Amino acid sequence: MEKQYTMSVLTEDKAGLLNNLTIILTRRKINIDSLNVSTTEVKGISRFTIVVTTSKDKVDNCVKQFRKLIDVLGAFVYEEDEVYYQELALYKVPTSVFLNGNKIETLVRNNGARILVIEADHIIIEKTGHMEDTQDLYRKLEPLGLLEFVRSGRVAISKSKRKTEAYIKELEETRSNELSIKDY
Amino acid sequence: MNTSTLEVEEKPKTNAQRISGSEAVLRCLLEEGVDTIFGYPGGAIMPIYDELYKYMDKLNHILVRHEQGASHAAQGYARVTGKTGVCFATSGPGATNLITGIADAQIDSTPLVAITGQVASHLLGTDAFQETDVMGISMPVTKWNYQVTKAEEIPYAIARAFYIANSGRPGPVLIDITKDAQFSEFDFEYEKCTKIRSYHPFPVMESASVDAAAQLINEAKKPMLLVGHGVLISKAQSELLALAEKAGIPMASTLLGLSAVPNKHPQYVGMLGMHGNYAPNIKTNECDLLIAVGMRFDDRVTGDLNTYAKQAKVIHIEIDPAEVDKNVKSDVAIVCDAKAALIALEKKVEQNSHDEWLAEFRALDAIEFEKVGEADLHPTSGEVKMAEVIRIISEKTKGEAVIVTDVGQHQMIASRYYKFEDTRCNVTSGGLGTMGFALPAAMGAKLGRLDKQVIAVIGDGGFQMTIQELGTIFQSKIGVKVLILNNNFLGMVRQWQELFFDRRYSFTEMTNPDFQMISKGYGIPCNKVDKRAELETAIEVFLEHDGPYLLEVCVEKEGNVFPMIPTGESVSNIKLEA
Ligand SMILES: Cc1ncc(C[n+]2csc(CCOP(=O)(O)OP(=O)(O)O)c2C)c(N)n1
Repeated sequence: MEKQYTMSVLTEDKAGLLNNLTIILTRRKINIDSLNVSTTEVKGISRFTIVVTTSKDKVDNCVKQFRKLIDVLGAFVYEEDEVYYQELALYKVPTSVFLNGNKIETLVRNNGARILVIEADHIIIEKTGHMEDTQDLYRKLEPLGLLEFVRSGRVAISKSKRKTEAYIKELEETRSNELSIKDY
Repeated sequence: MNTSTLEVEEKPKTNAQRISGSEAVLRCLLEEGVDTIFGYPGGAIMPIYDELYKYMDKLNHILVRHEQGASHAAQGYARVTGKTGVCFATSGPGATNLITGIADAQIDSTPLVAITGQVASHLLGTDAFQETDVMGISMPVTKWNYQVTKAEEIPYAIARAFYIANSGRPGPVLIDITKDAQFSEFDFEYEKCTKIRSYHPFPVMESASVDAAAQLINEAKKPMLLVGHGVLISKAQSELLALAEKAGIPMASTLLGLSAVPNKHPQYVGMLGMHGNYAPNIKTNECDLLIAVGMRFDDRVTGDLNTYAKQAKVIHIEIDPAEVDKNVKSDVAIVCDAKAALIALEKKVEQNSHDEWLAEFRALDAIEFEKVGEADLHPTSGEVKMAEVIRIISEKTKGEAVIVTDVGQHQMIASRYYKFEDTRCNVTSGGLGTMGFALPAAMGAKLGRLDKQVIAVIGDGGFQMTIQELGTIFQSKIGVKVLILNNNFLGMVRQWQELFFDRRYSFTEMTNPDFQMISKGYGIPCNKVDKRAELETAIEVFLEHDGPYLLEVCVEKEGNVFPMIPTGESVSNIKLEA
């Protein structure tokens, strides 16, 4: 059964990794729904948040392949209810729509959006939320003369209490750099 | 993202010496214990080759005739020695020619360091002469790759390359070095890499899983060991035998696991898979416990997964966590090095024997021998068969030669009928199934094991894919024995056409050149046999000749390899005849 999964990948901050990660997905014909790369609270470590729609088996397999990449520190997969997540959307509308008696101000306010910029000919509205929410506002603004629309990749934080640093420490303890046979 | 290069630690240089990037490359290789390099020069790697001129007494460089030969030769060297194979190529076409061997090394877990020259860094991305995106091309088929654009990065990149290539599950690494980085000078110092924060090649064994596995083994009535390449990689041959003997478990081998267990061993029951032996395939679906060691349940081994060993519990000993539960779900997985796992497991299993169970294998062996083996190995009339050639070679070399096979019918016949008694003696392209592999890989294997008889077993088709390496054998006087089993067909494909495509032999019949004349042209002594009566003597001369020798045996045109499991069918449906 196909479902939407959020993959979260902690990596060294190195060039070429995005290509490494996407190759693993494209080889399996998995399409990326959304992608975000950002720094983390730990210096030198980046986080890729990749949203895909696929089966559990496939997503687990991909995460294992991600972990095999030399510069990957950790890779996890989450279902919808295991993460807090948000996306950011920007909408550009002509300034004139505010003047024509439309209830656009109310619309912005009621939808939890805000006005970011006001220029002579256009206004930028910003909204964060789940995709359904930002899409909902899109639908409402479209008939009023939407000029441009853009939505960011999903950013997600897991509900687990573990700190990134603690995770890396754990990793060091359960896997090793050297083979030591003498312990057995 | 930060696009900076490797963080070369800023620390006061102690014994640093100012040398060029090119010289640094060679010094790094010497520090890693490299003695043999396979390669081919060109514009973008010329500075390194120029330095090599100075290091000829320390580094044995073998000039191949095509870069594919360099990567396969380095694989052959690595497979017999356990050391990391090294190859050089220039940018662009040189680098792309290496790719087949790199992909082959990746799927068969062979440690390889490929060093390619690259156009000067200011030309990167300009479609300069002989520029290709070797980083992009090699990324999906390497364990790690890295582009060096500054001489200072060379020691660190090469140290990492060797550490990554030959630790954990081994694999190929590619280092691409721009021409300006080869020329510029810096203060050289070398330190081996022993640790990378984001890379932990040796998962720590969990004792709970060892306990659980030991319990399954102790309770099993019909256990069976599946011996894979991982046993050879982790040098765990004796640990495997210790476990098998203590618990009395039959051992079957994958294609790449061959030569991990002496074939004479009373508990050895043969090869698994599509053209493997009858008994181990049939018994896979009758055993109550499968203990898979260092093997990855390739589809050539399992056939239809929906009917594979459903009745059995499965213990999977595997160093690569991504292989666990990928194809076959395990009841107990011990994720660590095979040697460590086998040592720990042997202590916990009880002394046992399964004589009746073993006898069941022997009964099936007898059926296989009667239906296939006898006629294959001891024919008395008709044309020469591949199997009898292999039988004679096996007898005459006492099972102690290194057998390097190409891909096709001869590969399966050699794997089935060569009785391996010594270890690390089977070199073949299993995962990628690369025709053209054997000739160059045998050169590498011979240079890795000068003390051994190294025999390349090749079909007429595969031979012609890298036939030019006869030139390398000639020039470098590499004492490999080349056995061509000539059926004038792309035999394995023809067999499939016969069985599954109504005998429509679409483009599988080959008109071959005079291999004898070609061999003579390269100054390699040779002989051609097509009569059974002459075979044994010809093989004796072939084996006893000091130095390289090519023996062409004309074999029956339409011989088939049985048993066979048709693609996608259950291992229980293994067929002994068409
Ligand atoms: C590079 C490459 N191309 C094509 C194939 C497909 N293939 C597999 S076996 C085979 C026939 C091999 O013929 P030959 O080398 O004469 O050996 P034989 O089977 O006759 O022993 C072919 C074409 C392959 N494995 N590798």
